Amino acid sequence: MATLDSRIPAGPLADKWRKHKMDMKLVNPANKRKYEVIVVGAGLAGASAAATLADLGYRVKCFVFHDSPRRAHSIAAQGGINAAKNYQNDGDSVYRLFYDTIKGGDYRSRESNVHRLAEVSVNIIDQCAAQGVPFAREYGGLLANRSFGGAQVSRTFYARGQTGQQLLLGAYSALSRMVGAGSVELRTHSEMLDLVVVDGHAKGIVVRDLVTGELSRHAADAVVLATGGYGNVFNLSTYARGSNATAIWRAYKRGACFANPCYTQIHPTCIPVTGDYQSKLTLMSESLRNDGRIWVPKDKAAVGRDPNSIPEPDRDYYLERMYPAFGNLCPRDIASRAAKRVCDEGRGVGLSGLGVYLDFSDAIRRLGEAGVSERYGNLFDIYHEITNENAYRVPMRIFPAVHYTMGGLWVDYNLMSNLPGLFVLGEANFSDHGANRLGASALMQGLADGYFVIPYTIGDYLASQKPGARPSPDAKEFTAAESAIRAQTEHLLSVRGKQPVSHFHKRLGHLMWQYCGMARNRSGLEQALREIPALREEFWATVRVPGSAATYNQSLEQAGRVADFIELGELMCLDALKREESCGGHFREEFQQADGECRRDDEHFAHAAAWEYQGQGRAPLRNTEPLNYEFVKMSTRNYK
Amino acid sequence: MKTLSVTLRVWRQPATGQPGSFVEYPAKDLNPDMSFLEMLDVVNDELTMKGDEPIAFAHDCREGICGTCSLVINGKPHGPHRGVATCQTYLRSFKDGDMIVVEPFRARSFPVIKDLVTDRSAFDRIQQAGGFITVRAGSAPDANAIPVPKAEADLAMDAAQCIGCGACVAACKNSSAMLFVAAKVGHLGLMPQGQAERDRRVLAMVQTMDEAGFGSCSNYFECSAACPKLISVDFIARMNRDYLKATVKSAFKTAPLGSSGGGA
Repeated sequence: MATLDSRIPAGPLADKWRKHKMDMKLVNPANKRKYEVIVVGAGLAGASAAATLADLGYRVKCFVFHDSPRRAHSIAAQGGINAAKNYQNDGDSVYRLFYDTIKGGDYRSRESNVHRLAEVSVNIIDQCAAQGVPFAREYGGLLANRSFGGAQVSRTFYARGQTGQQLLLGAYSALSRMVGAGSVELRTHSEMLDLVVVDGHAKGIVVRDLVTGELSRHAADAVVLATGGYGNVFNLSTYARGSNATAIWRAYKRGACFANPCYTQIHPTCIPVTGDYQSKLTLMSESLRNDGRIWVPKDKAAVGRDPNSIPEPDRDYYLERMYPAFGNLCPRDIASRAAKRVCDEGRGVGLSGLGVYLDFSDAIRRLGEAGVSERYGNLFDIYHEITNENAYRVPMRIFPAVHYTMGGLWVDYNLMSNLPGLFVLGEANFSDHGANRLGASALMQGLADGYFVIPYTIGDYLASQKPGARPSPDAKEFTAAESAIRAQTEHLLSVRGKQPVSHFHKRLGHLMWQYCGMARNRSGLEQALREIPALREEFWATVRVPGSAATYNQSLEQAGRVADFIELGELMCLDALKREESCGGHFREEFQQADGECRRDDEHFAHAAAWEYQGQGRAPLRNTEPLNYEFVKMSTRNYK
Repeated sequence: MKTLSVTLRVWRQPATGQPGSFVEYPAKDLNPDMSFLEMLDVVNDELTMKGDEPIAFAHDCREGICGTCSLVINGKPHGPHRGVATCQTYLRSFKDGDMIVVEPFRARSFPVIKDLVTDRSAFDRIQQAGGFITVRAGSAPDANAIPVPKAEADLAMDAAQCIGCGACVAACKNSSAMLFVAAKVGHLGLMPQGQAERDRRVLAMVQTMDEAGFGSCSNYFECSAACPKLISVDFIARMNRDYLKATVKSAFKTAPLGSSGGGA
């Protein structure tokens, strides 16, 4: 059984991080050069970590499966990044950002981590502005803000609808500087296929060069995974097609605990599905909810009508009706479930009946078309490209889609997993968002982890490791890992069955969406837990992977990732089944209030569930880390 | 629903440096709301089931922001529409019975890896030479300590939108990377935070661009027309001015006295 020591520093909430920074061990500058750190992934968390660790003097190797670190999917985040700057003088503070995040996460995150996140949020904006990130400005030249879901203050910084892109390019520029200086060795087109554990510590990885197919071994003093989330288990999602769980899944199979895998965020404002060929769902930024109003017809007989012909009294602005205090800006999980509910009632719009209107006509009357275009022009363009509809004239149609995963590898306060030497940053870890993430908080967490947390906490671990004591890449653990990868690859190529990889991914996606999506229940989850293992067997018996292992082979890459998604999907369903309560993005139909809201069970489930791998064919072990709320009272979320 | 059928004429090349050729593939009964890349997904699944190797093509976000997708479609980088990437191109832009020619981005500095996938790492090397503002984490002043006039921040953002796809290079008969480099130089040069390294940046990035084998600019401006973010060629003029100024300054500059040396 894994030991889950959260290492939360003692003392008052607001002093924990400051005190912890004083208490942690340091590595002297001359010794830093002797330590080698592997960073896998170069999104916001990975690029900022790799750049900052190299700047401190560590020798860093950074691996990305993309052709360039600038491609990571952080780039697609649209709306913004939160920070408790209180530049708007509207009552924001570190405590308020902390509190909103804790409450938004439905009291399932760790107080200490979230408070630290809120504290360093202000440094992130300073750092990014200094890097030249072209944030939106007011005429006086100072930074502009907008509001986002789950908050009643304006604390979101943004760069048009491309905030993620600009922040990633900032982190990428910092990383590029260190690569140019020779301090980071960058390996592109390189996919991590296994974690190597020596004497209980993470000490290296095995990597496949996606161009040549060659496998290589890399030993290090510490390994940092910043490989993003696992929402592509659902096949259709707002993730990039290449986003995958392979790095964290294989770390899990080497002993790292996987926490709260069932916590999935379904984003309320995405463009609806049109056909089964579809590869991708496109998000329409939550920032649109600042000025757009969400509605469906009151009467289901009106759903086929031209929306502009439906008069005001016949429209149901259901979020404004159900949640008058937060209205269209209620948190994502709540907005998504409300959309599902009105569609289940037969009031959904569009060909499939799975859509609701997001209407800008009021905003256009108020701000003019130019005013709306300045705020959201690129989003209206994207919408037009995909649907061939002009959202300045007819309301957008939107529907919830999988967008983010709050679960991930378990980490302690230092962002180290239960495997010493393995650090996990950004969306790949579980730590800060509880059961639901607020908008504009993913960018904040990725950069907090990379720029301001790991540079301190990794030193505390490395100081306990003798400089230069990392194992040789010829050690037996590396050899064993490499052989296992070769065996798996040969198996995949040798089946020569009758279905392409995409076939299995689609079927897994359907199962997950049906049984482990916006609403879950016992019998559905049990059904999924029967069907997914059968799907896994069928995959290994009948998949067709063309080509060879010694070339650029996208089918082979995809096959390995889908094999992992199938196993992870099963764990997600198991976690959802065992969590017999509703909280945040995890909604169990059996556990709801009379008005359809989540009914948490703090007595039995105020904990993180950290699953521990027990070997192929054996049930994983469910460890728990209790969540002790010392400073905030757990209460029922109320956005009404 | 009305569907369409097209014939694809696709560049196939097994690996870098090996000969390639065009191969025709039918793509039948397609939904016009399907994206161009989703059509390639469908064709690839059919090829896989027939025992052929699927067509390799680069893609990731499929929402026009990561810059991974490329493709020259009927002679145009990123296809028929202005201001969008290949991944945002939908079949409703084509007619039933069309022959569609699909090629990789062709440029000496972008060698083909396989089929439609090219190696654009030269762009990363240019960025590594100077596409940054040096700032150590934790050392930055308060973000509002340095005001940036809105007009300049907006203009910087226009340049900063570059997605690094390389369409500008593919569209240029000289395979010039001027628009790409100018976008980065322009973005950072417009921000007050970018002034300290302004000269050094433009000199280093242009030098690396030249070393990577990209051609010169002949002012045809095909780059901007093909750019999925419609980045303006004005940034090229701006970079040329910066480059000239920095060159002149460096010619007359005396070397700074050594600033290193031990303290007490």
